[in-house]
Amino acid sequence: MLTYISIFITAIFVNNIVLSQFLGICPFLGVSKRIDSALGMGAAVTFVMTLSTIVTYLLQTYLLMPLGLDYMQTIVFILVIAALVQLLEIIIKKIAPALYQALGVFLPLITTNCTILGVALIVIQKNMTLLESTVYAISTALGFTLALVLFAGMREQMSLSSIPKAMQGTPIALVAAGLLAMAFMGFSGIKIG
Amino acid sequence: MNKTKILLNGLIKENPTFVLLLGMCPTLGTTTSAMGGLGMGLSTLFVLICSNVVISMVKSIIPDKVRIPAFIVIIATFVTILQLCMQAYLPELYATLGLFIPLIVVNCILLGRAEAFAAKHTPGESFFDGLGIGLGFTVALTLLGCVREFLGTGHIFGRPIYPEEYGSLIFILAPGAFIVLGFLIAIIHSIKTR
Repeated sequence: MLTYISIFITAIFVNNIVLSQFLGICPFLGVSKRIDSALGMGAAVTFVMTLSTIVTYLLQTYLLMPLGLDYMQTIVFILVIAALVQLLEIIIKKIAPALYQALGVFLPLITTNCTILGVALIVIQKNMTLLESTVYAISTALGFTLALVLFAGMREQMSLSSIPKAMQGTPIALVAAGLLAMAFMGFSGIKIG
Repeated sequence: MNKTKILLNGLIKENPTFVLLLGMCPTLGTTTSAMGGLGMGLSTLFVLICSNVVISMVKSIIPDKVRIPAFIVIIATFVTILQLCMQAYLPELYATLGLFIPLIVVNCILLGRAEAFAAKHTPGESFFDGLGIGLGFTVALTLLGCVREFLGTGHIFGRPIYPEEYGSLIFILAPGAFIVLGFLIAIIHSIKTR
């Protein structure tokens, strides 16, 4: 049990996927102008990441490894993720139109979100079990959502302040992200188990 | 179209890092040293040129509806080739760049250029576009790597410039990446608008 709690806390705070591992910076900068769209993106990522990690994990252990096709990993994974996102989009549209309204615009963006492929590759590199991988995927996605929502809150405030002309837009957003990353470094002393 | 114009367009006018703000993850993640930035830039350059040329050669036989998955497969193939070659011949650099090599597949610069340029132009022109954009990315990453390594450790490409104990470690760590890139973009903005 302690292992899972440790994975959970580490993935959210200590090794936050965006602020300390630099994955998923594009949506982090792109979809963080308002808190509600940040929450929508976070929910969509959580959904896709958990599913895709389970599917790619099973494919790797039961198909690629026994057949000695490890070198096809990158190609197979990205195709599976792309197909999964497409499939999810169709299913959600059919059975839950309300959810589709909320998440729909974010789903196509997720295929090229490097966190999804990144997490699928990390769990295999670290030799995690299926359950550990699932916990890791969920907590990483929650960490992503947390970073996105916090950053969106900062940007909503920032839009009210006056900023030197050259720093407007992306530069000030990057500096603010740097400060947020610095705040998250405070968690790096935490050790569980 | 003029070849030099395509090349300069990628290098300066549409610089993927400083102007288009594409491919941010490797930009921030691999530039803890100038060498890391240069290695990542050149790896991306290789995949970009190969995928651009191949995509522009096969563009007419790919049905329009499946073109994005087809582009991704072509890109992923070259990334796998690069990955295997690096593991064999440059294991040290491969260990430094780590996860970011397979993640070149989801770098938006590659798919972006495939869709915006290679799918509409000849293989020759696509080669120069890949070269220009790839060099623009390499220059930007190397510059960012140099600044971070210089401020953080007092070295550039591993050569000492000032004693290491005066460096401030924060520039090598995660927050420094964001802050240095923010200021570099601001400097480029202000030079441009002057």
